[in-house]
Amino acid sequence: MKRTLSVLVENRPGVLTRVAGLFSRRGYNIDSLAVGRTENPSISRMTIVVDGDEQIIEQVCKQLNKLIDVIKLSDITDDPHVGRELMLIKVNAEPAVRGEIMQIVDIFRARIVDIARNSLIIEATGDADKIDALENSLRPFGIREVVRTGKIAMLRGARTKGMEASGDGTGV
Amino acid sequence: METKKLTGSEIIIKALQAEGVDTVFGIPGGAVLPLYHELAVASIRHILTRHEQAAAHAAEGYARASGKPGVCIATSGPGATNLVTGIANAYMDSIPIIAITGQVGLAMIGRDSFQEADITGITMPVTKANYLVKSIRDLAATIHEAFYVATTGRPGPVLIDIPKDITTQRAAFHYPPRLRLPGYRSRVEPHALQVAQAAAAIQAAEKPLLFIGGGVITSGAHEEVRQLAEEQDIPVIMSMMGKGAFPETHPLFAGMVGMHGTAAANYAVCETDLIIGVGVRFDDRVTGKIEAFAPRAKIIHIDIDAAEIGKVVPAHIPIVADARQALQALLARLPEKRERPAWRQRIRRWQEEHPLRYDECGLKPQYVIEELYRLTRGRAIISTDVGQHQMWAVQYYPVDRPRAFLSSCGLGTMGFGVPAAMGAAVARPDETVVAITGDGSFQMNIQELATLSHYRIPVKIILLNNGYLGMVRQWQEFFFDRRYAYSELAGNPDFVKVAEAYRLPARLVAAREEVVPALQEALETDGPFLVDILIDREENVFPMVPPGGTLNKMVTGGRQE
Repeated sequence: MKRTLSVLVENRPGVLTRVAGLFSRRGYNIDSLAVGRTENPSISRMTIVVDGDEQIIEQVCKQLNKLIDVIKLSDITDDPHVGRELMLIKVNAEPAVRGEIMQIVDIFRARIVDIARNSLIIEATGDADKIDALENSLRPFGIREVVRTGKIAMLRGARTKGMEASGDGTGV
Repeated sequence: METKKLTGSEIIIKALQAEGVDTVFGIPGGAVLPLYHELAVASIRHILTRHEQAAAHAAEGYARASGKPGVCIATSGPGATNLVTGIANAYMDSIPIIAITGQVGLAMIGRDSFQEADITGITMPVTKANYLVKSIRDLAATIHEAFYVATTGRPGPVLIDIPKDITTQRAAFHYPPRLRLPGYRSRVEPHALQVAQAAAAIQAAEKPLLFIGGGVITSGAHEEVRQLAEEQDIPVIMSMMGKGAFPETHPLFAGMVGMHGTAAANYAVCETDLIIGVGVRFDDRVTGKIEAFAPRAKIIHIDIDAAEIGKVVPAHIPIVADARQALQALLARLPEKRERPAWRQRIRRWQEEHPLRYDECGLKPQYVIEELYRLTRGRAIISTDVGQHQMWAVQYYPVDRPRAFLSSCGLGTMGFGVPAAMGAAVARPDETVVAITGDGSFQMNIQELATLSHYRIPVKIILLNNGYLGMVRQWQEFFFDRRYAYSELAGNPDFVKVAEAYRLPARLVAAREEVVPALQEALETDGPFLVDILIDREENVFPMVPPGGTLNKMVTGGRQE
């Protein structure tokens, strides 16, 4: 079972190591982890996709919550949300097959961002299913390299996974 | 008005004083020279240990015995890495210690400088929090935060790594600085609905058991535990961490549960219909085979750490809260009196049918501990190392008050006992402090005889000497065809001579009748004392539940019950 966790963390040195270390130490599997700063530069958001049964996910969440740098954690899997990842894919493209590749790129609303004599770089965004499908469609041409960002996610509608925190020493 | 600026070293001292620190344990070295320069003239007492590991254990012993955080100091690199075992030990047993380490200068970090080690990286998995101070402006706030985090919620060790140049820079000093911990919640109120459910479950239960652990001692909930047990007529079992949280001489006490627990406690777990776990984490040494643990029971699990709930055993009624607050809320919801004579008598029967027992011939370690109990009237603070002697100490030295039994429970660190006793004796100078150790464990921090001797710290060391890594030998006897692979300590020194070389009085005991006079002499002599007791070499710890076994399948004296 894959779950998507949206985690607000203090933008302090070592916070990524702490989170990643927790996963390896307790034997949890990270599917993907994407991190970047939020609208508040002192706070970063991590989107973590984790695979495991219910008990493991519960432990992951509780253990993450114990980290002092973790301000707030939400499992947004079951909330309506927009989930996206970005892929760059370098694919073999002899001049004879370029037209076919460009058709596939169009269907997936992806873009060609670089071209060399025998290869192309394609940029695509979307949910994991779409990215996987594009990758599969391009496989017959020969994939040279794939880079994926991992999922980032945001709740639909006006709701936010806000900064409000209930920790000690806030508002003191 | 211009505030006088202080050096980083002065700020550290002032902050420690503001946090109420009266004693620190440590060893100076290059990166902490400026700090030690100030420490030498400060009102804080510094105990110079002979190995940094012992400083960490001593800080832990101090914390366990006093309830206040213990502080240890080490220099960068090897000084800091030598603390790691002690820090890990405190982490596993949730004991608040503050480790202050020197670090190479800021500009030297990351260059593999002399005596550089990434100690915040190394200790990340074994600290509740750790900090590398990168600016003198953050120093005071970091120290304050470290003490706050170490001592609140589920306590634990916190490390502060301070580069050398920061200890000589200057900054204004304001204390306490403002705490800003948006991601840290230490106070959790017991949930009223959960408490109500727990109260209903207790009233419905025919055969409830109170299972208490270290969290009871941490939160000071021993009176509430006693009240709950007595008013609701609930027998009490404990983990090793819970020793002292309920009087072991109390008629409702059924013993320690688990691998070397009492038969009564282990049988009771197999029959109980309700376990009220308070400040426990259901360690594998307690549960044995998880699927067979308390098969008929509902479980109420009270713990301040939400991550403990459901980690090992599913809790039917979880209460995430401080143990004392949760028990007070629970007591308020329960009727004043309840009798459960049948269940109480059933446990009494098990206690009578399966008491702890040993063969009285020869020089038995159990006899030594029984005599120690008698001579100290059960009022000593006992610190143990790890192994057979530790289990005998648990079994034969009943403890009736919290913070009087100190042992490395979760990590199982040989070498803990003597330095922890040292810390306890410094924290509680009015008490008799006894370190019960074995010849294997003792040699893992034997250099601390120098510290005991230097400061005349009155620790009485009872060395149960069998010339083996005894617990290893016992496992080899039971599970590895009696092939005693490297568990015999053939090169042991004459421990009495070693003690005397450190100017510590010591006695050798080779016969049963010498035990009492030697213990008396140790207890009556001022200052530290070593009693080296040559116990029966192949004595085993019973009962024993084989690892991963079911609690009611105990081996007792070589027989399967």
